[in-house]
Amino acid sequence: MTTISERAAQSGRRFDFGTLLNRFGTLGIFVVLVVVASLWSPSFLTQSNLLNVLRQVASSAGVMAVGMLFVILTRGIDLSVGSVAALGCVLTAYFISFSGHSVPTTILLVILSGALCGAVTGGFVAYLKLPSFVMSLAMMAIARGLSLIFSAGRPISIGDGGQALADFGSGYLLGIPQPAIVMFAIFLVGGVVLNFTSFGRIITAIGSNEEAVRLSGIAVPRYILSVYVISGALAAVAGIISTSRTGVGSAQVGVGAELNVIAAVVIGGASLMGGRGGVINTLLGALVMGIIANIMNLAGVPGYDQQVYMGLIIVVAMLIQYGAGSLKR
Amino acid sequence: MTELARLTAIAKSFGGVRALRGVDFDLQSGEVHALIGENGAGKSTLMRVLGGEMPPSSGGIRIDGKTTELHGPRAARAHGIAIIHQELALAPDLSVAENIFLGELSGVISWSALRRRAAELIASLGFDIDPARRVSSLAVAHQQVVEIAKALSRKVKIIVFDEPTAVLSAQDAERLHEIIGRLRAEGVGVVYISHRLEEILSISDRVTVMKDGQVVATKPAAELTIDAMIRMMVGRPMAALFPEKGPRTIGEERLAVRDLQAGRLVRGVTFSVRAGEIVGLGGLVGSGRTEVARVIFGADPLESGAILLDGKEAKMRSPKDAVRAGVCLVPEDRKGQGVVLDAPIRINATMARLSAVVNRFGFVRQALERKLVGDLAGSLKLKASRIDAPVSTLSGGNQQKVVLAKWFHAGGNVIILDEPTRGVDVGAKSEIYGIVLKLAEAGKAVLVISSEHQELFGLCDRILVMGEGQLRGELKPPDYSEERLLSLAISGSTLHQKAA
Repeated sequence: MTTISERAAQSGRRFDFGTLLNRFGTLGIFVVLVVVASLWSPSFLTQSNLLNVLRQVASSAGVMAVGMLFVILTRGIDLSVGSVAALGCVLTAYFISFSGHSVPTTILLVILSGALCGAVTGGFVAYLKLPSFVMSLAMMAIARGLSLIFSAGRPISIGDGGQALADFGSGYLLGIPQPAIVMFAIFLVGGVVLNFTSFGRIITAIGSNEEAVRLSGIAVPRYILSVYVISGALAAVAGIISTSRTGVGSAQVGVGAELNVIAAVVIGGASLMGGRGGVINTLLGALVMGIIANIMNLAGVPGYDQQVYMGLIIVVAMLIQYGAGSLKR
Repeated sequence: MTELARLTAIAKSFGGVRALRGVDFDLQSGEVHALIGENGAGKSTLMRVLGGEMPPSSGGIRIDGKTTELHGPRAARAHGIAIIHQELALAPDLSVAENIFLGELSGVISWSALRRRAAELIASLGFDIDPARRVSSLAVAHQQVVEIAKALSRKVKIIVFDEPTAVLSAQDAERLHEIIGRLRAEGVGVVYISHRLEEILSISDRVTVMKDGQVVATKPAAELTIDAMIRMMVGRPMAALFPEKGPRTIGEERLAVRDLQAGRLVRGVTFSVRAGEIVGLGGLVGSGRTEVARVIFGADPLESGAILLDGKEAKMRSPKDAVRAGVCLVPEDRKGQGVVLDAPIRINATMARLSAVVNRFGFVRQALERKLVGDLAGSLKLKASRIDAPVSTLSGGNQQKVVLAKWFHAGGNVIILDEPTRGVDVGAKSEIYGIVLKLAEAGKAVLVISSEHQELFGLCDRILVMGEGQLRGELKPPDYSEERLLSLAISGSTLHQKAA
């Protein structure tokens, strides 16, 4: 009896369609959107518009999506990223114009602040086993409040001391906006960490079966804490990019951004039940979100309607992922 | 006496496993009919068929003399059948009164009337519990009373107790027996499942003994003795599944535990395992065997006592400490605790000692890992299409081999296996026994927990028997018999004193 190999062959075949959708579903959505967008508006495929989309994505969902992906892989959620980005944005301007720090010092301090926010959320989640939803919700309020306090509710200009930062925000490298390069670099590092290091392997395994990982002698809480620290640090980077683009630190940055980031990760095929998700698909997910917003602007869809369409398109993307089985469990 | 229920030739299969193979069972009004047998004999499955919780694969059910099909628990309730499960099915955050009348809550509720009725019902059972209290704040015994009150809140003709006294103190058990006596006097038919054979003899009218999904015998309790019941529950030769035990050198004490205390189920446990020795840990499910293993492995906190590895005291604050110190645990719940089902074999196999395949920058050396895991898979005869296949695509036996591969890779000296062959087919079982023997031959200290007595007899050099969180005794090869093991586990004293 060769039942084992038969069974493997059968399950292999049954698997295939799902695996295919799971792996290339996001790419499919992405390609369809690009085709639709270029047919809809001739100005979509122009160089300046595409670079605009990239810059838009880099300063909204893009940079934060890798951190969110890591958190979601461990079966958690980080709702605080938008607020932490705002805090990062405000602190960047604050350190430069009020404290008179240099740009590099400022960047370092701001990233540390974001990491600290993540450490607080992650510490409670990892060591006291509090639900990440609620803990990050609390951090969402705290970080937003802190950014309002530091900015006294008004935008802070980075002034002359921040010229280098402003130059970075509007500059190009090899014809690509520099913020987008930062984003790609983060995705690249994220992809390497996730696929080739023990850290990436363990956080994925934790999301699939935390108890089995713990009973393999791995200190699970340390890893859970780490993903929130990474998410917080990357949210702060998003805040720095935002300041560099506009030249001001504003507490109004990133309101509702957490939803776009989560949507990008989930359109990228990651499972909210943990243990499944990839970096390339998450990048595609973030680009999909950016393209959707861009098409609607080009097509002149009114702002209020845009939100409704955005929601509907997410539903469609979810249905495709549902077909791929990544939302079922 | 009239016949309340008759189950005829009931069969039930789960996949390929035949849990019930043609069982006949009947219940008369005003009798207590005890159902006994080892774990996995099919008692609970049979009662779930009677309770409408699962349809039988074949066989007939007659209730009150009429052929009936029970479509779901509601249908069974409508026929007056109630089941008190071992794991209580209460809503912990609701009040006692709400739980009792959960099924009939609808529309506008008069809380005062509800509480009054609940209080009356509980009082009629001889207890005094505030109906407004949250169920989660009650002791387990009182939760059981609530469960019984819930069953009696409607007209009941048949009531099934599935190991009700396992969690009760002697005093509470006594009161439960009074309640059962009263129900019997009212003409209710009671099915009583228990491992406590003394109480079976004292409260039941008839006893049905089950084994391997079949009925061994149904006899009046008056004709039975504890000895006779145990003999009927056990005794089946097992095929030659076990590898020949070669001569092994038994070395120094590898693992020693002294007076372990942790929770209700680990109460002063002391024993030791030597290098090259295979020691069994027997006893009934819930006797504390798994809890002892988890404490040694650092998975649950130790309250007091000492764990010594190679003579040195080891502090096990977490499984990480245990793995570092060379202790391995093959857990009872393979899918929930042993493997990461979605992850490939390769990732599972190296998880307990990733450092061996990771360079100093944290990057996994995939070529090395593939080779190591490939070699392990070969030596354990792991059958899989490739080592990158998700563990979920493997059979139970091969999944267990992945867990074993993980500990081979980690390379500890103390191996604890909790139900190592549960849900594993016969061929893989035999291979796993061979692997366990090889571990011992390599000088590891092996502790095997199992509910399959033949497995313990075939594999172990000696068997420690647990009951209610304590070691009840020890069996050595010439004295191996299921009767002795079971009587140690159940009553704490052997029937044949020389085994003690």
